[in-house]
Amino acid sequence: MQYSHDSHSHTHDAHDHGHAEMGFWSKYVFSTDHKIIGIQYGITSLLFLLFGFVLMGLMRWQLAYPGTPIPVFGPLLEKMLGSAASGGVMSADLYNSFGAMHGTIMVFLGIVPLAFAAFGNYVVPLQIGAPDMTFPRLNMASYWVYFIGGVIMVVSFFLPGGAAQAGWTSYSPLATIIPTQGQTWWLVGMIFLISSSLLGAVNFLATIIQLRAPGMTWMRLPFFVWAQFVTAFLLLLAFPPLEAAGVMQLMDKLFGSSFFIPTGLMISGKLADVSGGGSPLLWQHLFWFLAHPEVYVLILPGMGIVAEILCNNVRKPIWGYKSLVYSLFAIGFLSFIVWAHHMYMTGMGTAISTFFQTTTLIISIPSVIILTVFFITLWGGSIRFNTQMLFTLAFLVMFGIGGLTGLPLGFNFVDLFLHDSYYVIAHFHYVVAPGTIFALFAGVYYWYPKATGRFMSEFWGRVHFWTSLVLMNLIFFPMFTQGIAGMSRRMYDGGVNYSATTNKDILGALPESVIYSNVVISVAAWLLLLAQIPFIINFFWSIKKGKKVESDNPWDSTTLEWQTPTPPPHGNFAVFPTVYRGPYEYSVPGAAQDFVPQNEADIKAKPKTNSAKH
Amino acid sequence: MEIPYTVKERKDTGLYNAKLGIWLFLASEVMLFGALFSAYILLRVGATPGTWPHGLLNVPLGTLNTIVLIISSVTVVMAWASLKMKQFGKWRMYQGATLVCALIFLVIKSFEYNDKLTHYEVISKVGDKYQVHDGHLISEDKDKVVLEPSAHRIYTSRAIALGFGPVAEVAHGKADHDPKAHADHAPAKHELVTIQRSTIERMQNYAPKHHAYLAIYFTLTGLHALHVIGGALVMGYLFGPGAKMWKTDPERFTNRIEVSGLFWHFVDLVWIFLFPILYLL
Repeated sequence: MQYSHDSHSHTHDAHDHGHAEMGFWSKYVFSTDHKIIGIQYGITSLLFLLFGFVLMGLMRWQLAYPGTPIPVFGPLLEKMLGSAASGGVMSADLYNSFGAMHGTIMVFLGIVPLAFAAFGNYVVPLQIGAPDMTFPRLNMASYWVYFIGGVIMVVSFFLPGGAAQAGWTSYSPLATIIPTQGQTWWLVGMIFLISSSLLGAVNFLATIIQLRAPGMTWMRLPFFVWAQFVTAFLLLLAFPPLEAAGVMQLMDKLFGSSFFIPTGLMISGKLADVSGGGSPLLWQHLFWFLAHPEVYVLILPGMGIVAEILCNNVRKPIWGYKSLVYSLFAIGFLSFIVWAHHMYMTGMGTAISTFFQTTTLIISIPSVIILTVFFITLWGGSIRFNTQMLFTLAFLVMFGIGGLTGLPLGFNFVDLFLHDSYYVIAHFHYVVAPGTIFALFAGVYYWYPKATGRFMSEFWGRVHFWTSLVLMNLIFFPMFTQGIAGMSRRMYDGGVNYSATTNKDILGALPESVIYSNVVISVAAWLLLLAQIPFIINFFWSIKKGKKVESDNPWDSTTLEWQTPTPPPHGNFAVFPTVYRGPYEYSVPGAAQDFVPQNEADIKAKPKTNSAKH
Repeated sequence: MEIPYTVKERKDTGLYNAKLGIWLFLASEVMLFGALFSAYILLRVGATPGTWPHGLLNVPLGTLNTIVLIISSVTVVMAWASLKMKQFGKWRMYQGATLVCALIFLVIKSFEYNDKLTHYEVISKVGDKYQVHDGHLISEDKDKVVLEPSAHRIYTSRAIALGFGPVAEVAHGKADHDPKAHADHAPAKHELVTIQRSTIERMQNYAPKHHAYLAIYFTLTGLHALHVIGGALVMGYLFGPGAKMWKTDPERFTNRIEVSGLFWHFVDLVWIFLFPILYLL
């Protein structure tokens, strides 16, 4: 079912003459081709992930060796940011702003654009057999709006007073009364990022609903497409309330209104010049109304990638496709009614806490179903252990740890103890870092040959995988113990002030081992940063020098994105594909090959053997 | 390869792409305004009893604007229907009428905004005694401020803290309340008040900063007005240069009118909710 390059380029030229004359700018920069936009998103968001990671690398020095100058980078920081890093020591303000921006960048500029926009853009239209996204120009606009949002966030570091300091959650009234400009820029940047996500979400939904190839019924969609579909709905419906909240906080900042400012607020001992009458809890409700579905925005595309790679390398159909899809719906719906489990400590009342505790525990059921389906799919398969499969398998275990450690946090009585501790950090990083990010790495290794026509190096892929796996665990596992010991996540000095060695008489002071874990974690974090170098070099080196693919379908996959020329041209398919079967028909009994592509009408039978003939 | 269903509908969904797109976009808009309406409810429920203003806005003007928008949602449908019946001239008329309605709405709204932004609360201190004056600014120079007292007013938390306003009335009980005890007793209408600059401690107009009600009022109606402007720009483009498409691709042009009309209906609908909660309740 593969189309030769010749026949393709012929139809291509006949169809779109205009594209032949496109210059560099319209082809690679202001492109409306979903694949180029996907790659733009991919590279930009990978750079932001690296940037967010570097911020944390610097913060980890302050946590491991509080108050000492950061070697090498300290003087550099001082040169760029001035007194915030005087003497090369990270000031408390700088620590706060790096912390806030680490969260913001990782979530809104790193993972979401990579998982949803980059992979979604590149893969979804190919997998459903569409020539492009439904609204190509809107697609380009959403990338550039995202880009502007990113620029605003980066520029805010160089404002007087630095970038936003009130955490990625930006709680009012703190966020409103910090006098520096960083927060205002953060809000404006967020409004751009939200608008970009909304445009993207509309486009993805319209594409999946309208542009499925003939025969691509809903229950024949690859699971990755389903994951993107539900993710797009979450973005579409959960982001606008944060946009509203952002507008209101911007009103508070710029026009002095009091949406989130209570009556009688005192700032530095003086009555603030505000009307009051606002509610700080309102911000938290609106923020978490987005930010909890956002958690599923972070994880669902990763699960989609994992499903694709899992089936491809286990060489058998997914076990329980429908259970997966319905679990996805359940998660999508429930994710809208669990948000206040982030707010158990606000005193919103036991009745409300109980409601959200119940829904929170219910949502773990579909998540467990999905993970169980993945594990059962492994059963009895003949597994190919290539780099993407290693990352996928690690995802299953790491996401398992992250998910299960979330259950105690869902109970409000346990959360009273663990809230805002390093335990929480460990929990959600297990979900997102060795969880989602591993799935994204797997996706990069898996789809790279389709996008470039060359493989990434398998050896360096394995080096990247094993070092990352070990170091990720060295970083995040000790955080569970730190959190249980009572270490707060907001401590600028890594908890030294509360050390048991200096506070001998205080019950519950942090033992030396807990403080010392900071050093272990920090060293592991810096090594993890180094461990990404093989990936970065591999990624760019392989574009020109990697091993060439020998067919358009190097992984012997069933889904439609592999039934195109490599790399797919503008317009994707030489002939519009028609779909005849489900997405994961691997090892069909009696078939000549161990995979049957979705667009293959008749299964080619095995050559005659002595086995029973019809 | 061309993208399918840009003009013709897809059989199983019954929609062409842009129509689905606008419905999805409107779903997100519902959530956007929904969040602001929830904020309105929370602010109102959480307000100190007696401080949420009633009848502050001009109901006749609001009613007029409501009627203007309802008329525009009729003309916007007629415009689309005319194109469906291939009556381009009629479409021009209805599309123009819609644009005129949008303009009238914005003009009336700007008068209302201006009314609020020239309305001041002035807290002054003469000797030991605080005074609270409230009214529209007639004139001001560097020595004095002249206000025309207004019948409808809001007491800020500052004024209430100084012992003025409805909470003081509630606390003292209506019977004991002697308006003359306070210096803010409402003078008869058209009786101007002159306040010396030197005595003024705080002067604040009815901007979002003044009160949570004004904050949500300006945010909701401002965002709505931005939607009106956005819709009017798109429909104005289709009325002007965009109308050339009628000659080359009439079906697609009709679709554009339908999609912009769907957006316009949404903008009208938001106002139908805004009018009662801000003007009447």
